[in-house]
Amino acid sequence: MEDKQYMDYIHANAQKSNHVVTLVWAFAVGGVICCIGQAFIDLFTVILPNWDKAKVASLVSMTMIFLGSFFTAIGVYDKLGSKAGGGSIVPITGFANSVVSPAMEFNKEGIVLGMMAKMFVVAGPIIVAGTVSSVVSGVIYWIIGLFN
Amino acid sequence: MKVGKQTYLLDNKVYIQSAYSLAGPYEAKGNFRDYFDCVMEDDEWKCKSHEMAEIEMQRFVIGECLSKVNVSPLDCGAIMGGDLINQIVPTSFSARDFHTPFMGLYNACATFGEALAIGSTLVGGDFDKIICCTSSHYATAERQYRYPLELGTQPTPESQWTVTGSGAVLLSKKAGEYPLVKGYTIGRVLDFGLTDPNNMGGAMAPAAANTIVTHFKDTGRSPDYYDLIITGDLGRFGRETLHYLCKKEGYELNNLNDCGSMMYCDKQKAGQGGSGAGCCSLVFASYLYKKLVDKSLKRILFVPTGAMLSKDSALQGESIPGIAHAVIIEREDWY
Repeated sequence: MEDKQYMDYIHANAQKSNHVVTLVWAFAVGGVICCIGQAFIDLFTVILPNWDKAKVASLVSMTMIFLGSFFTAIGVYDKLGSKAGGGSIVPITGFANSVVSPAMEFNKEGIVLGMMAKMFVVAGPIIVAGTVSSVVSGVIYWIIGLFN
Repeated sequence: MKVGKQTYLLDNKVYIQSAYSLAGPYEAKGNFRDYFDCVMEDDEWKCKSHEMAEIEMQRFVIGECLSKVNVSPLDCGAIMGGDLINQIVPTSFSARDFHTPFMGLYNACATFGEALAIGSTLVGGDFDKIICCTSSHYATAERQYRYPLELGTQPTPESQWTVTGSGAVLLSKKAGEYPLVKGYTIGRVLDFGLTDPNNMGGAMAPAAANTIVTHFKDTGRSPDYYDLIITGDLGRFGRETLHYLCKKEGYELNNLNDCGSMMYCDKQKAGQGGSGAGCCSLVFASYLYKKLVDKSLKRILFVPTGAMLSKDSALQGESIPGIAHAVIIEREDWY
């Protein structure tokens, strides 16, 4: 059997993800996480009336990061992720999960060369992409500003 | 005695005197739960890390396999085996506790087949006794090949679940009511260009088909000659693919099954089934060995399969080559 013929057979017969189910799960879980975030915004606005919007937003991010880390640490977040996929990866709780999970995993190789060195193996690309894209968009803004 | 291209039938009798299996907690809920000799109560097994647990698993299994038949490690010519972890640390480190010569092997998940083939040849020669042992551990394999355990990733439908478990057998010249290793067909490394590291069944099926078809051509036997043709860890999709490939070559394998796809029951979410170097050795040392001993199986063709990838090779865009070795196991008094 030729390589190409075999690849065609594999592509035709391998089990594929059920997109409807995975999309519904991702939408529902991602939506619920965002609703929880919104609920915290509303809650903090009520109990901290003197705080401005930006400060409340930072506090909510911190709360959600804490919750993401906490549920990673007690071994719940990965089970949620296996169902929800992108729904639990995209919100900020997913970012917390991607930092805390390698920190837990590589803690056994020691604090410095294990946990600290490998903490960003998963989240590193996101940080690099975020930094680079912010620089690029900054340059674009600056160029646009020259013409105004 | 060499037969055909890649098959060797042993002239001397090599008995499998003893076998011992140790299963992880998740495997113990699967289809073979009644066959395991020992079950771990948790994944870490009172060790500091999962890697240390895997070392301890192999040490325990080798020790128990020998003490079951009152053989001292000093009476064995060699321990041979391997696992999936870098530099086969679990196997080599477990061997430091025995005063027995050691030979480390690596053929990915087909290591157990390689160990049986080499071991039986040596016992057929000047060696008196050899222990073959392989292991795998879900947590150590996940860390090495995929992501941290607690990362919330979604498994693809083709993916498999690495078996936590270890199996050891004692090959011996000592005659008795034991199953025998009668010969083997050494497989080639075959690569059909599959690059998806999640679909290992698809990557290994051509190698398994090649080894099995070569075995039948070399020996002139038909698939019905065996009670059971059992592959290592192709998973459900890989098993179907193997069936299809052999059918195209003119061999209808009605008695085909796969250790990995038999491992877990339907309600366990394990994708296509079990995988790992410990998958086939665990099933062999528990289910298959017990079936051979009570004579409900008399002749089997045991075909451990391996996918030879590393995390880096997959990231560098390399395709995944597969390998499979076929080992003939028989009861002497089957007729």
